[in-house]
Amino acid sequence: MSSATGLPEGVAAAPVPVAEAGTPAWQRLLLVAGGVILALAPLWLLESFHLFQLTMAVIMALAVLGLNIVTGYNGQISLGHGAFFAVGAYCTAILMSHFDWSFWWTLPVSAAVCATVGFGIGFPALRLAGHYLALTTFALAVAVPQLLKHKAVEDWTGGVQGLFLVKPDPPAFLPVTPDQWIYLVVVSIAAVLFFLTWNLIRGRIGRALMATRDHPTAAEAMGMDIASLKTKAFAVSALVTGIAGSLSAVAIEFVAPDSFTIFVSITLFVGMVAGGVASILGSLFGGLFVLFVPNIAESISKAAPGVIYGIILIGLLFVMPDGFAGLLRRLTARLRRGGTS
Amino acid sequence: MNTTRRSLLLGAGAGAATLALPNLAPAQEAPGVTANEIRIGSTNALSGPVSSYSVISRSHEALFKRLNEQGGVGGKRVNFIVYDDGYQPPRTLEQTRRLVEQDRVAFCFNQLGTPTNSAIHRYMNQRKVPHLFLATGADKWANPREFPWTIGFQPSYRVEAQIYARYILDQKPNAKIGLLYQNDDFGKDYLNGVRDVLGARFDAMVKTATNEATDPTIDSQIVQLQGTGADVLICGIVPRHAAQAIRRVHDMGWRPMFFMTNVSISASVVMTPAGPEKGVGVITSDFRKDQSDPAWANDAGMNEWRGFMRQYLPEGDQNDNNYTYAYAAGLTMIQVLRNCGTDFTRENVMKQATSLAPLELPTLLPGIRVQSQPTNYNVGRQMQLQRWNGRSWERFGNIIEGASV
Amino acid sequence: MDGLAHQIIAGIATGGIYASVALALVMIYQATHHINFAQGEMATLSTFIAWYLVTEGVPYWLAFFATIGISFVIGALIERILLRPVQNAPPLTHVGVFIGLLLIIGNATGWIFGYTTKVFPTPFVSDRPLMGGLVSAHELGTTAVTLVVLMLIFVFFRYTKLGLGMRAAAYNPRSARLVGINVGMMLALGWGLAAAVGAIAGMMVAPVVFLDPTMMLGILLYAFAGALLGGIDNPGGAVLGGFAVGVLENLAGAYVVGTELKLTVALIIIISVLLVRPAGLFGRVVLSRV
Repeated sequence: MSSATGLPEGVAAAPVPVAEAGTPAWQRLLLVAGGVILALAPLWLLESFHLFQLTMAVIMALAVLGLNIVTGYNGQISLGHGAFFAVGAYCTAILMSHFDWSFWWTLPVSAAVCATVGFGIGFPALRLAGHYLALTTFALAVAVPQLLKHKAVEDWTGGVQGLFLVKPDPPAFLPVTPDQWIYLVVVSIAAVLFFLTWNLIRGRIGRALMATRDHPTAAEAMGMDIASLKTKAFAVSALVTGIAGSLSAVAIEFVAPDSFTIFVSITLFVGMVAGGVASILGSLFGGLFVLFVPNIAESISKAAPGVIYGIILIGLLFVMPDGFAGLLRRLTARLRRGGTS
Repeated sequence: MNTTRRSLLLGAGAGAATLALPNLAPAQEAPGVTANEIRIGSTNALSGPVSSYSVISRSHEALFKRLNEQGGVGGKRVNFIVYDDGYQPPRTLEQTRRLVEQDRVAFCFNQLGTPTNSAIHRYMNQRKVPHLFLATGADKWANPREFPWTIGFQPSYRVEAQIYARYILDQKPNAKIGLLYQNDDFGKDYLNGVRDVLGARFDAMVKTATNEATDPTIDSQIVQLQGTGADVLICGIVPRHAAQAIRRVHDMGWRPMFFMTNVSISASVVMTPAGPEKGVGVITSDFRKDQSDPAWANDAGMNEWRGFMRQYLPEGDQNDNNYTYAYAAGLTMIQVLRNCGTDFTRENVMKQATSLAPLELPTLLPGIRVQSQPTNYNVGRQMQLQRWNGRSWERFGNIIEGASV
Repeated sequence: MDGLAHQIIAGIATGGIYASVALALVMIYQATHHINFAQGEMATLSTFIAWYLVTEGVPYWLAFFATIGISFVIGALIERILLRPVQNAPPLTHVGVFIGLLLIIGNATGWIFGYTTKVFPTPFVSDRPLMGGLVSAHELGTTAVTLVVLMLIFVFFRYTKLGLGMRAAAYNPRSARLVGINVGMMLALGWGLAAAVGAIAGMMVAPVVFLDPTMMLGILLYAFAGALLGGIDNPGGAVLGGFAVGVLENLAGAYVVGTELKLTVALIIIISVLLVRPAGLFGRVVLSRV
């Protein structure tokens, strides 16, 4: 019972970041309550297909959040986060389909593996700056499907055919459908990670990350260990995106090399830019953007949906050069000014 | 508003005219079927790098339009809905769920791709939604025991490769085989097919090389295979690479017994770009007529198809053999719908799709028939070997049935 | 040993393709300090325009130069219409715009011109195959064209006032403005020139790999690798880098790990080089002042 009541508190964390440190307690409570309602309302409002879509959007949002940690907050451009997404998904898929692990137990393993891989990538990344890093990570993402298909690991990864797994059943005491349950699982895990990331970013470490991004020399002069910060940022970032990959594996119940082409990395990057670079709330919007806008594009033109998607993306960047979060920031600022005058 | 009312009236008129009210009752209960419409869904890569296949869906749209203009089927018009999955398996699941749960289609037809269809294989079977005539040559779709609701369409690549291997054993028992295949599910089926036939001898007889779909050229692989001393070359690669391979093999003065996947043998898209004289002797095994082959310039079936293209897809590239493929798949689907009579329940659609009497199609080679039985879901199971003579494909030998290989 | 020689020759031939596209990438980097992810798609579109002209009966060389002109205009227009409005936005937003551009052009090309593989003519024809059929007259011609373009670019950026102005505008827009350079104009010119070089690359590549809407998808990554290996700010280095990638890739595939991983291994080698020399083999190390 305690887990059931504990859930909404975690769920609430996602929208919280709007609240600033100076907000009065009652306002914060209101925001938390609003967040819980907002996160849980779809359970009753949406039928299973739309709930599934929303589940996928939350997963993408979480993956975008991971990218935002290293690229947005720490300034190391990664065009290859799809690779971590794939590693997470395959960790869960391999453990579940070969070893019959429960989904829950695969999560810590997936997190550990992704963090290690991210840490490993972080080292060479130290030597590379800007475009060089962007293209190196891009290359990593291109290589992933090839590696997954290779003979040496084929027995584990299922090669070109991929792996099938089954999503966890809802516990007997909860009267929910499997679609509702997976939504709850995804939203609660995402909420916990959003909350932890928010905590990390607004604290000492977050300030250090941004300082190394904006003024590396000054940051170093102030005694920050830049190398350690940057590699750790990569590790945390990979961990978050990897968990999103794990969630996507159970939500889709299938992984294959073709699910993790370079386009996943590009999609995540688009989500980050459209949502707002270095913004936690923006990541949420980014997830919604990459999931729903292709569908909107398609409803406009069946002939060339890709063209319309590109036009929408560029149009959005014209109107909001710093993404949705930037727009929100400016609106809030205007409201505040309006309120005081 | 106007059209709705008119179609309603039409529907009522049809019902009254036939007085077949008891027959209409189950049809109205069936998902995706209304008094005057039957909804069919599909997914395809309308965007992204493999959107070349999107023309298959365009062709189906046009074909169903023609069907509706001719009065529809079973008194209903077909409403064909296709969504873009960009060839990404997660998107395929999303779009298929949209079709099944939101648009409430009766069934899905000719969805594109192996990984994409794999992602929805179980979903369709759990939901008991017919998953018909998939646009992929993988051989895993003919599995009526475990997946009774899924059925493929074209002869599998694996069977094609088995045919080549058989032919090689027959003609050159001591062949040294070089096998070049694309490193994905499509290419791997050629590896599997050859291995099926050669068994324990595979390692001794075959040297392999792979390429990625995005590789700019495959020269290195060709050089490598020639270096192994191979006197037979089998290629499971896409048209662009096929044209490169045929040209390069010829220019290097290498003259192996040369087999090319039937995916990449179009006279206009592969053989002419490679240089028609350079491909002389290349062998393939196909089930379709190649529209750019002069042999079919005055063929009645192909002329029927050309008429359809002119009238319904005037913008379509008539050299694109995805259109002839789609025409055959679409006609097969329409035949199944006709066989359903007025009962378009999912059970009956599946029953008709899996008990299709042998059917000749205008864009398939003479003598080749599509068919299905409840125990055998290989719809296209026949092929014939053919050899390029510098101008067109010459068929030789008998029609080969995959199951008998 | 014969095999090794053949692999190297084939690698050099393929490397020529990478080199010409790498050159286009360096070009745009010199002129705008951006890496344009849509460069490959733009080159493919240009090649389709040339193909259209040729199939409509325009003589090859006329179509060749007309395409260069058209591409120049398209490139300049893209800068004016798409890049100008976001010039003050964060750099990551630019990458977003490039991705949007890639989606638009990549999807529109197939939609407009069809998806089937097309033959693109070559002006360099010989009656018999050269070097055991491993190199065609066209591939030699391509290399020659690449070298000529390289020389022109070098002279242009090194010795002409316009070229120097463009480099200044890209390198330090504010100071450039102060010394009276029309920065906006220079950026548009830079995009135009990059698109023109891309068009040349596309027209040189198409006869070898055959023309279809995804022609550049694979090439672009190798070209990036070549440009990075040689140094993104050094045209000559990028060309050498392109050739090196072509050869490395073949040798890795044939002798080291097998063809399944030849792309991966080639990339690992390049990254290793970058770790030792982060600015590429021939790149200039930029020191930043605080």
